[in-house]
Amino acid sequence: MVVDESSDETVDRLFHALADATRRDIVRRCVRAELSVSRLAEAYPMSFAAVQKHVAVLERAGLVTKQRSGREQLVRTDPDAVGRAHRALDALASAWRGRVDRMARLLAEDPGREENDPTEGSER
Amino acid sequence: MSVTSVDKDLDTLTLTLIADFAAPVERVWRLWADPRQLERWWGPPTYPATVEEHDLSPGGEVTYFMTGPEGDRHRGWWRVTSVSEPTALEFTDGFADDDGKPKDDMPTMSVTVRLSEHGGGTRMEMRSLFDSREQMEQMAAMGMEEGLKEAVGQIDALLAA
Repeated sequence: MVVDESSDETVDRLFHALADATRRDIVRRCVRAELSVSRLAEAYPMSFAAVQKHVAVLERAGLVTKQRSGREQLVRTDPDAVGRAHRALDALASAWRGRVDRMARLLAEDPGREENDPTEGSER
Repeated sequence: MSVTSVDKDLDTLTLTLIADFAAPVERVWRLWADPRQLERWWGPPTYPATVEEHDLSPGGEVTYFMTGPEGDRHRGWWRVTSVSEPTALEFTDGFADDDGKPKDDMPTMSVTVRLSEHGGGTRMEMRSLFDSREQMEQMAAMGMEEGLKEAVGQIDALLAA
């Protein structure tokens, strides 16, 4: 289980877009199926216009795409698998960088060489 | 810095990270093998980990939870697939529900760790791969939420202002 520690600009934009429970829910719903904005609006206790605004924020962050189909606007979570793989691997990499930093700090506190740490004692 | 290289393979969805530490192999191994050490680095400061079960033997399990700023708990588990003390460890890392039961519908990752003596210290090679592209997609879309919680409080306040 990984907690993303990354702080670059792209991620900041994503953070902003995903900082709202409704928007996160929209992203989740639209991963597997395209849904129209009106269909989405039925799922939330808010106006069509409010849902449309949420979709626009997600669209600007590159998380969803919108496509016109007749009178409907279909929302779909970004199908760009490469971009998403990048993001997932970036998040994973930054989580591991944080872990390695913490490991190094622990090792600096207690390098495990007997001469450096008389309190450690011999375990063998 | 400790991190020597980071390689992301988009085709195999694998992250390979190499880090060099100024400590003997046995000491670095202890970071993984001692649950009290593990919980000091596995989670970030805002989501510290508490390790409950810790059995680093083939088929063994490690169970843990991470505690968020609001006291929210997020459970995870490892299933150890292979271990060769003090130089190699392989396990699957996944999410668990509130009772600690593995969530089958959540992404899992395969993690391989190798430790070797290098330049008077220890080289750690860590390989982590998404078990399927679908899992990676899921992690990217929904799993991001995990990492967002820290920022969310501040952003919500900003949006409300």
